[in-house]
Amino acid sequence: MATFFGEVLSVYSRAVEEDEEEVDENEEDAEIRRELEEKREVHLHWSPEVSESLKSGNKLPCSDFILAVGHNAARFLSVYALSSENWDALGRASVWNERSGGFASEESTCVFYRPKDNPAVLICQVTCYLAEDQLFQWTEKVFDCLQLRQLNVTVLSESSVSEFKTADYLSSSSAPFLRSLHSAAFSGKPVCKSLEQPNIVTGLQAAVLNHCEVHRIPSIVYQCYSDVIGPDSVTMETFKPTLTKLGKSIKLDPSPSADILRKIVRTTNIQSNLYI
Amino acid sequence: MFISSENSPPCFKDFTLVMPAVAVGNVGQLSVDLIVSTLNMSRVGYMHTDCLIPMTGNNPYATSNENAEELHTPAEVYTAAELKLAVLQIRAPIIQSKSKKFRQLLVSWIKSSGFSRAVVLSSSQAYQRDDQQMKGIPLRYLVTPSLLKDSEDALKELSWREMERVSAYPGLTDPNTEPRLYVPGGGITKGLYTDSCAEDVPLAVLILFCSEGDNIPDAFTLVNHLNDWLHLLDDPSQKPNKWKIPTSWNLLFGSGIPPALF
Repeated sequence: MATFFGEVLSVYSRAVEEDEEEVDENEEDAEIRRELEEKREVHLHWSPEVSESLKSGNKLPCSDFILAVGHNAARFLSVYALSSENWDALGRASVWNERSGGFASEESTCVFYRPKDNPAVLICQVTCYLAEDQLFQWTEKVFDCLQLRQLNVTVLSESSVSEFKTADYLSSSSAPFLRSLHSAAFSGKPVCKSLEQPNIVTGLQAAVLNHCEVHRIPSIVYQCYSDVIGPDSVTMETFKPTLTKLGKSIKLDPSPSADILRKIVRTTNIQSNLYI
Repeated sequence: MFISSENSPPCFKDFTLVMPAVAVGNVGQLSVDLIVSTLNMSRVGYMHTDCLIPMTGNNPYATSNENAEELHTPAEVYTAAELKLAVLQIRAPIIQSKSKKFRQLLVSWIKSSGFSRAVVLSSSQAYQRDDQQMKGIPLRYLVTPSLLKDSEDALKELSWREMERVSAYPGLTDPNTEPRLYVPGGGITKGLYTDSCAEDVPLAVLILFCSEGDNIPDAFTLVNHLNDWLHLLDDPSQKPNKWKIPTSWNLLFGSGIPPALF
């Protein structure tokens, strides 16, 4: 596009990518594309007994599925629920995409846990990055393993407060705060305000909520809007009101010891010492 | 695939389907928002597919506190039975590697549902027009052979121009290169049109030339043109802004301004 000053600028659309024309693919291109697609597939690795059970056609009995998406949500569950020795690691999901590998892989995981005394509850912590084309697949594969009758889903997620749109300007003191979104089948009472227009939710929490809406599974997402990028204890504590609801299905530690808190909340490492 | 949100699956036989293409300025999608909002259409189902980027939110067409907390998904179907009108709204971008799959999904759904015709609302980059395309109103249409017979008279009466074929290499006068259909910024528009021609689907496309920016006026333009053809609103002589803007259009350009800025 030419401007008044005679310069030519590239024009980008927020809606579509530049090159939508389909190039004729030859066999080699198709082969490469197929291999890439296979590499990007989501794989679920369950413990031997669960794999056996699934193979013989029995789905995992589940009355409550609690999913934590993001570091703060995951750490919240680690501190208030998973800190007791009462949990079995049931399985994990492995995912490859443009952001996996390198220093990110140590911290980024997707693990499923089940309490020893209540096999109908499943907790999953997702701290790895799932690309846009993998979200639907992850959701379908996981829900395929669960028995859907009388299933309730709770999702804890987080987002930056800069993504939150409101007519009144948010001063920094109001963040972090919680908002909820639930499927039509959900009949309980959320512990916080419902997400106001025109805000939307994206990512894994959206994929899970869509799936539950379409398949009429009662589910709710609690999203925390925070002004801090990365793990932070204040953000983590914002999820506390959900304890009243979660406590109905799992044994929680309402006041975790300082040791546990210290272990979980690590301060951010200073990567560069250029400006101490 | 289509999943009904009601207890019994809806019947679309002989309905007209209006749907957007995710294209420059999101004009088609904004126009569809106006249609659903103004005609107070009710949702009858979801297009549950892995081809769209997942997103979700509360009711974008909420009119009161009672209907505000209703969850909505990236692609949903609404109907206004008295007008024999169905609308598919698409709210999220199509995952690039899945655009062909999405087109096939749409074409087969249109065929199997028995729609009498489908109208795609789309847009194209205004800066890429050639000399011909800069003439007249910025609206163009395309219609598949199977819809041409039924709509020829109406289109002639409206004096709309068909989307021109442009040369593949502008500036080069190579007699061997045929002019071709080119819809820059149109997303799956061209692919959907050519697939529909091949599969004998009665499909029409309305394309508006526009640029990215505040595309609300473009949405009004496009929906008014559509109304000239389909007569969705029963009183066309009323004031121009007869379309109802949905609540989801608030804050299109960001949150309120911090007072400390001034």
